[in-house]
Amino acid sequence: MRAYVEGIGLLGPGLAGWAASRAVLAGGSAYVATPAALAASPLLPPAERRRSVPTVKLAMAVGAEALEQAGRDPATVATVFASSSGDPDTLHQILETLATEERDISPTRFHNSVHNAPAGYWSIATRCREPSTSLSAHDESFQAGLLEAAAEVTADGWTVGLIAYDLPYPEPLSKVRPISGTFGTALVLTPSPTDRSFACLDIELSHGNEPVSRMADSGLEALRIGNPTARALPLLAALAKLGAGSPSETVVLDLPPGSRIVIQVSWPCR
Amino acid sequence: MSIVSSLGAGQDATLDALRSGRGGLKPCRFETVALDTHIGEVDGVDDVRLPDNLASFECRNNRLAEMCLHRDGFADAVAMARERYGAGRIGVFLGTSTSGILSAEQAFRARDAQTGALPPSFSFATTHSTGSLADYVRHRLGLEGPAFVVSSACATTSKVFANAARMIATGLCDAAVVGGADSLCLTTLYGFHSLELVSPTPCRPFDADRSGVSLGEGAGFALLERASPDAKPGTIHLLGAGESNDAHHMSTPHPEGLGARLAMERALASAGLRPSDIDYVNLHGTATTYGDAAEDQAITGLLGTRTPVSSTKGYTGHTLGAAGIVEAVISMLALRTGLIPGSPQTITLDPTLRSRYLQANENGRLDRVMTNSFGFGGSNSSLIFGWAA
Repeated sequence: MRAYVEGIGLLGPGLAGWAASRAVLAGGSAYVATPAALAASPLLPPAERRRSVPTVKLAMAVGAEALEQAGRDPATVATVFASSSGDPDTLHQILETLATEERDISPTRFHNSVHNAPAGYWSIATRCREPSTSLSAHDESFQAGLLEAAAEVTADGWTVGLIAYDLPYPEPLSKVRPISGTFGTALVLTPSPTDRSFACLDIELSHGNEPVSRMADSGLEALRIGNPTARALPLLAALAKLGAGSPSETVVLDLPPGSRIVIQVSWPCR
Repeated sequence: MSIVSSLGAGQDATLDALRSGRGGLKPCRFETVALDTHIGEVDGVDDVRLPDNLASFECRNNRLAEMCLHRDGFADAVAMARERYGAGRIGVFLGTSTSGILSAEQAFRARDAQTGALPPSFSFATTHSTGSLADYVRHRLGLEGPAFVVSSACATTSKVFANAARMIATGLCDAAVVGGADSLCLTTLYGFHSLELVSPTPCRPFDADRSGVSLGEGAGFALLERASPDAKPGTIHLLGAGESNDAHHMSTPHPEGLGARLAMERALASAGLRPSDIDYVNLHGTATTYGDAAEDQAITGLLGTRTPVSSTKGYTGHTLGAAGIVEAVISMLALRTGLIPGSPQTITLDPTLRSRYLQANENGRLDRVMTNSFGFGGSNSSLIFGWAA
């Protein structure tokens, strides 16, 4: 499956946007893990801005960054939202409330608890009526999202915004489901090259045992392992290196129990 | 394909209920829930035991899935497909909205008084985690193709047909298990209650006196394969799928049903069909005042007022994340048997709604049926099933 990259969004510890993070990802400057700052999207109407929960803020920030770089009206772009979980803070609060006598859940909290809440807020903010899939596959959620986005690009010929995000749970869920850091990323993928394309992805599913790509920097490698969406880091690093003169790189993402996603990252296309 | 809902386990029990008008909604006695409402609870879920090697997946949602995998010969059909294609060539694309969250709800009630810790028996990844359902089903059926859970609220188990069709079209799989399960939990019962969307009486879609949804649970599975000219006569085809977003509000549909109409238009376009080609529509029809009115506008605007339509949620309740597959299977049963299900729970049709809404069953040859599923976040999906073109 071939897809062209027109835009990238990124927000994580010490990774404040794609432009600011490229040198770190390409290995040219040191990685310092400062906490990522989240803010409600200015694209949202005031009521939805007030009701934004962390997953919505994170997903919208990286999605908007990628779409802006692509120079596309988000209303025209199909979306795939990938995350291992619904909003962790919201789920924690609901579970706490349901453990009380009153069980008095707020309606806003309830609608924010659905896995596709970021997709809903996104479509309201961008007035996008194009198809949108919100999916989950535990630690492989980013990989699953990438496969789905690539399938939409190749089978349906759609331009797709892949928006992936994962945040830590509060205690006690953090003890049984540790997720480190706040990490989100987005890719705008198109079926044909455009003036804005800057990378080519050839994506294949393998049942072989190719070694899984890792990050050379120990801090980034810890993030890759600690946050499901950060499994995207080797792909983002390869994309960062393209701009730094490297013509192509093969990235291997794990897809347990027995598969890999093998991605040839190149520009111009191999 | 297989189906489980409050109407019973399997296609025969479902058809028997639809023929006789026997609904599945009863006063709520679920768990510790104290709400004055009717629900569609599946009998016997707590008695299901998962195989020993998959015991860590034990939770209501995976038990409901397990129950359904072994109805209507589904697991055997998948085993034959596995022989044909190989385990790595069959994908698993399933939907759920709340997965095994009931296990987390119960675990939060059993936190350690001193430390606040959850009980050691609680296993997050295999129960609460949204991806748990696909993981369980893939292990249970011995499949090794790509697998994920789509969780786009109440449209989700309809949308998985489109996800699977794409994966097959790209050549990543030769076949796919689609469908899913969504089981009762406190989050949705109290959550819908907080939104004041729950009816105190069994729900009555399209009724002048409708007063909201009745919640239910259910599961369903279908085996989707690449279309073949050698397909056996009587093989049902997924003719078209259409997806859209409302871009309007998180929990209220677009008042004119714009997103709903767009999903139906896209399904027709992908099938290469005209509106008049559709013989029956199984509606989303949850029995909320706004939702039914919006869908009626979308239906009459696109299909006119002659196509027979009905919602079967008066029978099953709104099975939320399972509604897509439960109603897809009911639509395929209608296609196969010629039974066009009515909606006997609807007593007085709302005179302001203009669709040809069936209260009583009809019988006749059906060639193409449509089924609609819409969800929170404004997520819409419409599917068309029929015989090969």
